[in-house]
Parts: sequence; C-alpha cells; structure tokens
Amino acid sequence: MKKDALKQPGGTLKKKRWTRDDTELTLLGLPAAIWFLLFCYLPMFGLIIAFKDYRIQPGKSFLYSLLHSDWVGFSNFNFFLSSKQFPMLLRNTIVYNLVFIVLGIVLPVGLAMMISQIYSRRKSKVYQTMMFFPHFMSWVVISYFVYAFLSPDKGLINSIIEALGGERIMWYSNSTYWPFILVFMQVWKTLGYSMVVYLASITGIDHTLYEAAMLDGATKWQQAKYITLPCLKPIIIIMFIMNIGKIFYSDFGLFYQVTQGLPNSLTEVASTFDTYIYAALRSSSVSIGKTAAASMFQSVCCCVTILLANWLVTKVDEESALI
Amino acid sequence: MATLKVKKEGFSQEADSMKMNRIRPMTNVGFNALFVVLSLMCIIPVIFVFIISISSEDSLRLMGYSFFPMELSGKAYEFLWNERGTIFQAFKISVIVTVLGTILGLILTTSMGYVLSRPQYRLKRFYTWMVFIPMIFNGGMVANYVVVSNFLGLNDTLGALIFPLAVSSFNIIICKTFFRTTIPDSLIESAKLDGATQFTIFTRIVVPISKPVFATIGLFLTFGYWNDWFQSSLYISNSKLVSLQALLNNMMKNLEYIANNPGAGLTLQQYKNSMPTESVRMAIAIVIVVPIACAYPFFQKYFISGLTIGAVKG
Repeated sequence: MKKDALKQPGGTLKKKRWTRDDTELTLLGLPAAIWFLLFCYLPMFGLIIAFKDYRIQPGKSFLYSLLHSDWVGFSNFNFFLSSKQFPMLLRNTIVYNLVFIVLGIVLPVGLAMMISQIYSRRKSKVYQTMMFFPHFMSWVVISYFVYAFLSPDKGLINSIIEALGGERIMWYSNSTYWPFILVFMQVWKTLGYSMVVYLASITGIDHTLYEAAMLDGATKWQQAKYITLPCLKPIIIIMFIMNIGKIFYSDFGLFYQVTQGLPNSLTEVASTFDTYIYAALRSSSVSIGKTAAASMFQSVCCCVTILLANWLVTKVDEESALI
Repeated sequence: MATLKVKKEGFSQEADSMKMNRIRPMTNVGFNALFVVLSLMCIIPVIFVFIISISSEDSLRLMGYSFFPMELSGKAYEFLWNERGTIFQAFKISVIVTVLGTILGLILTTSMGYVLSRPQYRLKRFYTWMVFIPMIFNGGMVANYVVVSNFLGLNDTLGALIFPLAVSSFNIIICKTFFRTTIPDSLIESAKLDGATQFTIFTRIVVPISKPVFATIGLFLTFGYWNDWFQSSLYISNSKLVSLQALLNNMMKNLEYIANNPGAGLTLQQYKNSMPTESVRMAIAIVIVVPIACAYPFFQKYFISGLTIGAVKG
C-alpha cells in the first residue's frame, strides 16, 4: 500500500494524506489513549519522586509539593541498594521466580502431553475443568484454604501429624517449610491454566504428522520428542520470555496472603521486592521517595530483563520474538 | 468458531487411523489415575472449607478442622445473615465494580483494538507504541499509587477500584489480532462507501460479529474485578466501599471486623464473643467462591479461545 501512496500524483513524498477516516479512528482510540496517559504514562512521570526528598508543603497541592521538593539525586536508590534487606529480597525474588519458571514449563507441558493422550475426550474435559478451577480463586480465598490445612491448632495437617504420634508444627512461625509451601501453592494455582494453554497448542498440531510417524514405526516417545515438543517450541519460548521479563516481579498475593500477612518469622524466606515495597508504602516511617526508588529499581530491572530475554530469543529463533 | 467445527469433523474422519496410534491401555489407566488425583487436589480444598463452614463451633474446638465433623450447624451462615447489612453492602460493591469495570474495560479495550487493527490508519504506529511500551516498562506500584491517590484524588472512591484495572495491553493485542484476522477488509470498505463513519462501522458491524472476543475479554475483566482485593487494600478505608474480597482480607487480620449488629439483649462485646469465628471466615470464602464455581464451567471455552488468540503474535 505504501508504494501506491508514493505513486499517487500530488501525494506528499512518503505518507498518504490525512483522511476523514484517520480523524474518526483517532477519536475512537482516544478514550483508551487517555487511559494510557493517566494510568501508564503519568506514573512514569511520577517516578521523579524517586529522585526527590518529597515533603508535603502545608496547604499546597500534591504536584506543587512534588515540584518544590529538593532533588536528592540517587541517594534514595543508594538507601535501598545498600540496605540490609536488599540481598535477601533479590535472592528471594529471583530464586522463586526461576523455580516457578522451570516448573511452570516442565509440569504443564508434560501434563498437557499426557492429557492429550487419554482415550476419553469427555474425561479429559472434566479433568481440565477441575484443574482450571484454582485459576479463578483470588489469593485471599486461597489463603483461607491454606489456613484450613496449616492452622497450628485446628489445621488438618497438624491433626494428622498428631494422630500419627508426631509433634505439632507451628506452620506460620516456622520458616523451614515455606519455600516448599509457596512453590507448591504457586504450582497448584497455575498448573491447570498453563496445561490448558499448552494443550490448546497440542490439539492444533496437524494430525497427519503423527500418522506418518506411526506408519514409519515411531513410538509414542519418539512422537512426543520429535513432533509435539518441536511444535510447542514457539509458545514455550513466548511463555518463557514473558516470565523472564517478570523475573523481578513477584506475585504479591502469593507471598503476602498465603503467609497470612507475612509475619516477621517468615520474612527471611517469603519477602520479595513487592512485599517490601507494599510494606514500605503502608508504613509511615519510610519516606515515599525511598519506596518509589525501590519500586523504580524493580521496573528498570524488569525492562532490562525483558529486552534481554527478547534479544536472546531473536538469536535462537527470530520468529518467536516479542518485538 | 468455523475453524473449530472443521477440526471436529477432521477428527472423526481420522479417528480410525488415530485409534491405532493410541497409548497402551495400561498407560491410559495410569494417566487417568494421575489426573483424577490432580483434579481432586484442585477441588478438595473448596469442599474442605465448605465442610468447615457448616461445622459447629464445638466440633471445631474439639476436633479441629476435619472432613468429618461431629456436628453440623448452619450457625455461620445464620451469623452472616444477621450481618447481612455488611455482607450485602460488600456484595453490592463487588457487583457494581465488576459490572461497571467490565463495561468500561470492554469499551476501551475493543475500541483501541479495532483502531490498531486498521492497516491504513495514519497514527497506527503511534498508538501501537503507546499500547506496547507499558508491556515493557511501567511506573511500578508506588508511582501508580501516587498518581491514583494523590494526583487523581481517587482515594476512597469506586474509581480507584475500577479505573486502574480497566485496560491491559495484553487484552488490546488479543482484540487487535482477533479483528485483524476475522473481519474482512472488504466488509469495512463497503460500509465506508455507503457513507458509514468508523464509529458506526465499529458499533454496528464489528461489535455484532465479534462476540467471541467480547466474551473472552469480558470474562478476563469480570474475574479480574471480582477477585481483586489489592486495589481495595491500597485505596479504600471507608467501610461502605469494601468489596467482598476486601472484607475477607480485613477479616484475616481482624476476625471481628464484621460483627456490628448485636442481637437482642447482647452488648457488642458479648455478641463478638458469641460469634462462630472460625466457621464464619470460611463461610465468607464460600460466598465468594460459589458464584465463580457456578459460572465458570460455562465460560471456560471462551477463556481458552482467548488464550489461543493471545498466543498468536500481535
């Protein structure tokens, strides 16, 4: 089309003329554009608060106070990066995410391949529906499910332990088991959903491929290895980039709600950037500039990782890249 | 939908040859067993919580939470009924936020998706970047909080619960891909020749033939709003504006949060002491889960179609 526009007599060199259509489409897109300005781009501007020593000027508006606060350069960032918690937060966020990413690909892909082989399609649908269910629960509700099992005095697990002659475990004040509990809950909530995503791709694979393979005497294993997995590669890569891009983010609900509000005894194993920022935002002792710096650090890291992951993918497989 | 049917017909034709390419019967049994266990693991917590919510306080005190309580009791639900002022208020807020938010989100998302799907549009690149950049970089929790609460002044309004969640770049890209692939350009061109404006084309032609994508995005939004507690926890302190999820969240910290309506002859303190605390918590969780559990099996296929559309590169 661009070439046609070039040839049009009287048309400007590169671009076609602005038409009524363009005006109408611009107007149609305007509400969403305004939303993006207010809720995505304004906060980016708001990040300057991270470089300021924000003080409320009595009687003045927020914006006035913000613009008239002192610039402090990177001192807010220094405060966060040199704080005692920082290495722990970094470790928790990254390690949990890495585990989630690996399990979030291996388990659902494996299960999707298995469920696609089940004879009865009806049964397979029932399994999918049931396993999809946790996806629709919020972490608040799930935290009550967890509490029903882990409650120190009434929980089912402690009852069982006691019935077997063991000693009760104070789940919410003993950090030993929480890495496993958190990983388990994350897998529990997302497994069915991811499985269905991969299953949708598997059912989209051309069946003649399998027939041909079977006629050539390929076993089920070989079919899975040489047909299913390569066909799933693009979607696995996309999921991988998206998750790598979020490696500095954590699912706040998981770490905050499932631990019942993150008691002090569990901070060592369950606090991440998001829980730290949330706690700092709610407390009055940490200035908002310092909190904003922590939050901005997270955003910038995310941006870098997502671009890096995308770049890596373009090296491996141009087609699957996001950008 | 058309492609789906073709696929199904294809299945029956190939069924015979596929039958020979099955896994062994024993493996099938093994797989089924595995999936039965996994399915039960996903459902049992809900059943368990339901059983706790109908267990009597005595039973809970003596046996703890158990699948087989000594005694059943509807006291928790009775209590919720007694506190129906609070519960209904929260329920109302949840419903209002969910309905308004879903409508607003649908309008914003699909209109932008449509605009981006028009290949000839002059500002397409500009709008595309505008939608795309937030997927890579965003202001983060604090900057959003500052903008919503200080700059826009949405603290303690329904707006704080509705606006921030209305649009996501991901949903817009799903819409765009859907419109791009399913709506023939000739249809829109012919409407334009008849003198229709883009707005008319969108509302009269595109919307009626794009029900699947509306259903998908609508469901994403509905569940997003219904399950949201985070916005509430940041922006809402007025107890009149607390949603069901937020109520449950508040009760985790303060069990007596909802005990406000003492019955005849009881002081507030006595009333609070008489509250079947353990089962009430679980009962509210059930009140939240039941609407979802009833609704979602019917909508599941739209979720899946949305996921597969979304997987196509935008």
